Amino acid sequence: MERLILRRVGKPEDEMLINFGPQHPSTHGVLNFLVETDGEVMKRAVPEIGYLHRALEKIGEAVSYPGFMPYTDRIDYVAAMFANEGYAIAVEKLLKLEVPPRAQWLRAISCELCRIASHLVAVGAMASDIGASTPLVHALRERETLNDLIEALCGARLTYNYHRIGGVAYDMPTGWRDRVLKYLDHFDTYIQEFDRLISFNAIYVKRLANVAVISKAAAIDYGLVGPNLRGSGMDWDVRRDAPYGAYPSFNFEVPVGRGFQGTIGDAYDRYFVRMLEMAQSSRITRQALETMPEGETMAKVPRKIKPEAGEALSRVESARGEMAYYVISDGTDKAYRVRARTGSFTAMSIIEDISPGLMVADLIALIASFDVVAPEIDR
Amino acid sequence: MPVNYSPPPKSTPKVIVAVTLAAAAGIPFLFLGLVLLLTPVLKPATIDGLLSNAGIDPSWRTPAYVAALFVLALLMMNYGAIFSGVITWWERRVAGRIQSRIGPNRAGFGGFFIFIADAVKMLLKEDLVPADADALLFRAAPYFVVTGFALTFVVLPFGHSLVVTDLNVGVFYVTSVTALVVVGILISGWASNSKWALFGGVRAAAQVISYEIPAGVSIFVPIAMAGTLSMQGIIRAQGGLPWEWFVFRNPAALIAFFVLFTSQLAEANRTPFDLPEAESELVAGYLSEYSGFRFALFFLVEWGNIWVLSAIVTTLFLGGWQIPFVSAEYIDGLRGAGVLPSLAWWGWNAVSMAVFTAKTIALCNLVIWLRWTLPRVRVDQMMGLCWKYLVPAAFACFVFTLFWELAVSVAPRIELVSGVGFTVIAVVLAVLFARRVHQNIQAVQGEKIDLSNW
Amino acid sequence: MTPLQTYFPLAIAFIVAGALAALLVGAAALLGPRRPSAVKAAPFECGSDPIGSARERFGVKFYMVALLFIVFDVEAVFVYPWAVLLRDLGWSGYIAMAFFAFTLVIGLAYVWKKGALEMETD
Repeated sequence: MERLILRRVGKPEDEMLINFGPQHPSTHGVLNFLVETDGEVMKRAVPEIGYLHRALEKIGEAVSYPGFMPYTDRIDYVAAMFANEGYAIAVEKLLKLEVPPRAQWLRAISCELCRIASHLVAVGAMASDIGASTPLVHALRERETLNDLIEALCGARLTYNYHRIGGVAYDMPTGWRDRVLKYLDHFDTYIQEFDRLISFNAIYVKRLANVAVISKAAAIDYGLVGPNLRGSGMDWDVRRDAPYGAYPSFNFEVPVGRGFQGTIGDAYDRYFVRMLEMAQSSRITRQALETMPEGETMAKVPRKIKPEAGEALSRVESARGEMAYYVISDGTDKAYRVRARTGSFTAMSIIEDISPGLMVADLIALIASFDVVAPEIDR
Repeated sequence: MPVNYSPPPKSTPKVIVAVTLAAAAGIPFLFLGLVLLLTPVLKPATIDGLLSNAGIDPSWRTPAYVAALFVLALLMMNYGAIFSGVITWWERRVAGRIQSRIGPNRAGFGGFFIFIADAVKMLLKEDLVPADADALLFRAAPYFVVTGFALTFVVLPFGHSLVVTDLNVGVFYVTSVTALVVVGILISGWASNSKWALFGGVRAAAQVISYEIPAGVSIFVPIAMAGTLSMQGIIRAQGGLPWEWFVFRNPAALIAFFVLFTSQLAEANRTPFDLPEAESELVAGYLSEYSGFRFALFFLVEWGNIWVLSAIVTTLFLGGWQIPFVSAEYIDGLRGAGVLPSLAWWGWNAVSMAVFTAKTIALCNLVIWLRWTLPRVRVDQMMGLCWKYLVPAAFACFVFTLFWELAVSVAPRIELVSGVGFTVIAVVLAVLFARRVHQNIQAVQGEKIDLSNW
Repeated sequence: MTPLQTYFPLAIAFIVAGALAALLVGAAALLGPRRPSAVKAAPFECGSDPIGSARERFGVKFYMVALLFIVFDVEAVFVYPWAVLLRDLGWSGYIAMAFFAFTLVIGLAYVWKKGALEMETD
């Protein structure tokens, strides 16, 4: 079968055309880049997506509203909590449901723990892609403990399916609050250890600083979101600027790229913003645990969810940036259309334009700094 | 607090422990012992004496000599292969410790026999040659690599008199035969007809030949200090105590030591210079198309080279096999007049071998530790580091050594002053480093190193 | 020890190393399975069909490095015998070699200035 992408890219005269992926250690799932290169310097890298496409949005039209919730886990399996939350909020808007405060707080806690877990994978995989294998294993060790905590909360370690339309599935188990607080005490010191291990390593900084610089304007134009956008110096966070759930009640800072080791918007900024965000997530989780209200964890939801005809849009700040769900209801018990807007997909669009002149090794740093997750691109 | 997984068995059967410990202690002892026994014999006079003692016709002298050499060469080859195997095991154990995991722990006590299991597995794997590959070159590449590696063992001075042949151009010989490894890697990259392999091969060529220059120039420093190219001669010009080593005896030699060590890391394709097979960039670099035992041969050489590079650096800068407070001349004097050397001579030779092996293993550990700590440099940074920093630094060291040697011939005392001064500085730095590591470990709450799973 | 005796062990080691490697590869060929297929024989390009051949033109920078290597390494070889005889040669040898090293460094400075050491410039 002819690959359509080849028709677009064409066969260059002088340069070598290499398939970078889908079976490649640094593509974070199954992704393909057609890399046109002259020796070590790339002429361009063209992403070819679709290797992990499972028609999730179409499935959303075929199953009931609560039935789609487990599928949302698969949209972003590294940080499934946000995909749950976004979909839940969208359907709640359709149903005009009020979520009880305790459920809001639990959502915030589970999401922030999940954000830490996701960023741990991001920074660890980044170090691994740059060639240091130890930080990834250390990060995964921390993630294991976080997974233990999340497992105690919702029974799953990867595809949580914890948020429900109208609240969350379970309340905190006994003693869970103290376990989380104790872990966060450890985690705050662990971030410093991770910084000592890799963040300020001279080789690491040299590999990332001033590499693949994305200006603020370009980041906005290409629709980058989340840490990738903030890494370029844009101070925008849905949790603060378009608040939802329990977030208005918490104090936290939004880390923004300042050119920590080089230019604003380089790969190091995107990396370091994630490091700073983990500390903020820990702070939010502490506040939420300390101010946890009593009460129900589920609103009164009809047994058969059948929203009135209409449409709803929800926006949440996922670990990979702003995630939006657009759900249209036609009055039946199945959605007419479900659309998920994800950060990784838009991040792919800038790669072709930023890649010329980068080296092959920089392409890996660029992909890793975007923290793309293949199912989020293809859905 | 942690979830209860089914724990691995804490106690290994006593038989396995005994067999493993016996093998771990026995393999080096066996090889080192045989080498120790065979090398002094390899003098025509000794062979003549032994033959006449046994009442054999002297015309058997040449066959006996050749036979003994064959046995010794086979021993050296196996020594290299087994040591590289043991290093793969050790590297995985150390990596496990560094990364808070266990590492291999199944084959034998502490997983010691994992390298044998690996070799058997590789033997039983299908050996593929890609369709469009240059079949002859593809098959030939591993031989270049293996011979380039094995030939270095001929001149490595394992102990006071324990060297297969002490060439008068020893250092020069080592730098030239190690270049065979690059030829093999370049051939493997080209012959595979795979783009990733080609990338790896070309990178390897650029990297290794670039770093050959700082390595070659920094080697001038110990050569100029010793006044000979012979490996044994260079060691004999040093002494057993740290301030008698070349590293500390000359400020330029200290810099040259780091230049040489860095360059050797690059030539052995070790992190932070593992660009030729950078797995996150080039999948497996020049090894992409290799499978089965040909792949194993590349890996054998890669880990064996850690040992070789450590041994070379030990020889040139760290006093080689020199035993503290025992001079090489004293051991020479113990040889006695008999056909075979005296028992005391064997004993001191064994000690010198232990000293050399201990220093080499310490450096191997450093190499392993670096690999699991550092990220990889980019190709232009790798070239920049070589040509813009190491080459000028090596030349500066070399010119400074000219001056220093002339100064030493006028005032010999400055070598001692430099030696003691740098030794003290090194000890202070080591203590400060250990303290800082301790503080950093203490700083993380709730984390203890759990050694129970060994 | 005659030169032949000194170098004879190298020949033996060469033979032994080659023979042992051949023996192991041969053993692997005997012991291992042999089930060839077109997919296995294809070069690895991350699971996609390769585009074009791998034997194409490649970045000229690497040839620059090779040229530089020849210049510096061959000249460095001249220094070996001199380094051995450093003490016997005295001041005259010192001045001669300092001059030689100086010319090499000028060469390096020239190459550096010309940008041959920069990978990224095209």
